[in-house]
Amino acid sequence: MATTTQAEAVLAEPPPAGPAKGTRIRGDRRRGIALHVSLLFGVLLSAFPFYWAVIMSTHTSTEIFSYPPKLLPGSHFGDNLSKLFDSIDFFGSMLNSLLVAVSVTFLVLFFDSLAAFVFAKFRFPGRRTLFAMMMAIFMVPAQLAAIPQFVIMAKLGWIGSMTSLIVPAAANAFGIFWMRQYMKGAIHDELLDASKIDGAGFLRQYWHVALPVVRPGLAFLGIFTFMGQWNDYAWPLIALTNPDNVTLQVALSQLNGVHGTTDYGMVMTGAVLALVPLLIVFAIGARQIIADLGKGAIR
Amino acid sequence: MEYAGLSQYRYLLTDTDFWSSIGTTLIIWALATFPMIFLAMVTAVMLNSAVRFKNVYRFAYFLPNVTSVVAVAIIFGSVFSTNFGLVNALLQAVGLDQVAWLNTPWGIKVAIATLMTWQWTGYNAIIFLAGLQTIPGELYEAARMDGAGPVQTFFRITLPLMRPVLLFVLVVSTVTGLQSFSEPQVLLQSTANESTFSGGPDHAGRTMVLYFFQQTFDNNDFGYGAAVAWGIFLVVVIFSIVNWRLVQRRGED
Repeated sequence: MATTTQAEAVLAEPPPAGPAKGTRIRGDRRRGIALHVSLLFGVLLSAFPFYWAVIMSTHTSTEIFSYPPKLLPGSHFGDNLSKLFDSIDFFGSMLNSLLVAVSVTFLVLFFDSLAAFVFAKFRFPGRRTLFAMMMAIFMVPAQLAAIPQFVIMAKLGWIGSMTSLIVPAAANAFGIFWMRQYMKGAIHDELLDASKIDGAGFLRQYWHVALPVVRPGLAFLGIFTFMGQWNDYAWPLIALTNPDNVTLQVALSQLNGVHGTTDYGMVMTGAVLALVPLLIVFAIGARQIIADLGKGAIR
Repeated sequence: MEYAGLSQYRYLLTDTDFWSSIGTTLIIWALATFPMIFLAMVTAVMLNSAVRFKNVYRFAYFLPNVTSVVAVAIIFGSVFSTNFGLVNALLQAVGLDQVAWLNTPWGIKVAIATLMTWQWTGYNAIIFLAGLQTIPGELYEAARMDGAGPVQTFFRITLPLMRPVLLFVLVVSTVTGLQSFSEPQVLLQSTANESTFSGGPDHAGRTMVLYFFQQTFDNNDFGYGAAVAWGIFLVVVIFSIVNWRLVQRRGED
C-alpha cells in the first residue's frame, strides 16, 4: 500500500502554480523569512531522530544512560561496530537482503511490464474478467494472504530460505496496474503497427518497442519495489525460521530484542548502518526521477 | 483438515481480546492521524508559498518515509526510553515528572502514534502539495481582490478544492494505519514477556494485526487466524467507508 502511493505522489507532480502567490510572498520579505524558518524547523524534526541515532552509535551505553543526553559525537563508534559484528551476521544478512531485493525488483519489472503490455495494448476474450480479478487481488489484505502463502511455502519446503521471500513477490497486482496505466498513454499504436509490418513478433515488440518507451515508469516501479523489499519485515519474520539466515530487518529486530534494553550504542550502530544502503538508493533514485520528469520523457 | 463451520467466527464475536485490539488500533490510529493530517496540511501550504528550495524541502520531508520501520522503531524506542530517552530528558529539563512511556497503556499508544506521525507527515504533505498546485492562482488573486484574509482564503478556497486529496489521504491512512504491525512489534518486543506479538505490558499496544500474528504464528492456530484476518478486513472496510462518508458530507454544507 505504502509503495503505491509513494510512487503516485512523486509522479503526480503537476505544473507549478501560477505566479500570483509567488509575487505576493516575494513582496513581503519578513513573511518569507518566517516561512523558511518554520519549514526548516520541520526539516529539523524530520532529521533529528537520524542525527540522534548517529550520535548514540558513537557512545558506550554507560555514556548514553547518563544525564543530560549526549548531543555531540563520542569516540566509541569503532567499539560499537566490532560488538555489532560479533552479535549478528551483519554482512551475511545484508547480502540476503540485497539478494532478495535485487531479485524481486528484476522479476517484478519483467513480469509486471509483460502482463501490463498485454492488458494495455491487446484485445482478447476474457481481458476484462482477468483484469477485474487482478484488481480484486490488489485489495486482499496482506494478513489474509499470509496464511495460505505460509502453508504453500511450507509444502514446497521453502520456509527458512530466501526463495520463500522471492517467489511470492515476483509479480504483483499493483505493479501490473501501474505499468498498464503508464503504457496505455506512452506506447502509441502506430508504433506497434509499424513494428508488426517490419515483422516483429510479440516478444520483440515488448522488448524493442514497449520497454524503451516506458523506462521512466520502470524506474519508479523498480526503485519502490527495491525499497519496499528492503524494508519488508512482517513476512520475513514469519518465513525465515532459521535465526542464523535472515534478512537485515529481521537481524536488526533480533538485535533489538536481545540487547535492546542493555546495549543501546551497539543496537543504534546496527540501525544506522542498515539505513545507509537505503539512503543511497533513495538519493540516486530521487535524482533519476527529477531528471526524467525534467526531460519530459513521457510524450 | 476438519470443517469447522462458522464456529471460529462465532468465537471471534465473543473474543474480548480481539475487541480490545480493535479499540487499541483505533486509539493509536486517531492519535496518529489527526495530528498528522493537520501538520501535513500546514506544511503543504507553507511549501506551496515557499518559492525557493522547494525540491530540497520535498526531499527532506520525504526522507522519514523511505527509511525502514524496524530501524526507525528502534530509534524511537530510545527517544521514549524511561531512563535516558530524549522525551524524558526534556520533561526533566522543564521540571516535570518523567513518564515510563513504554510501560503505561497511554504512554505506549502515544509512542507508537508519534512514530507513525513522524514517518507519514512529510509524505502526506507532499501529496497535499501536489493537490495545492492544481488550484489556479487566479482564484487566490480574486479572493485577495475581494479582501479575503489568509485564514478565510484557506477555509473558503483551499480546503473545499482540496477535498478529493484529503479524502485520498484519509482513506490511505485508514487502510495502512489500521493494519499497523511493525511499529508496535519492534517497539514493544523486548518489554513483552509472553510473546513478541503481545504488544507490551497489559497488551496496551496490541493492534489487530499483532493479535492476528499472535494467534496464527505463535499459537499456530491457522483456522482462527484466518477468522481474525477476515475480522480485520471487515473493520478496515467499514471504517474506511465511515471516514469517506464523513468527509464527503461535510462538503455538502
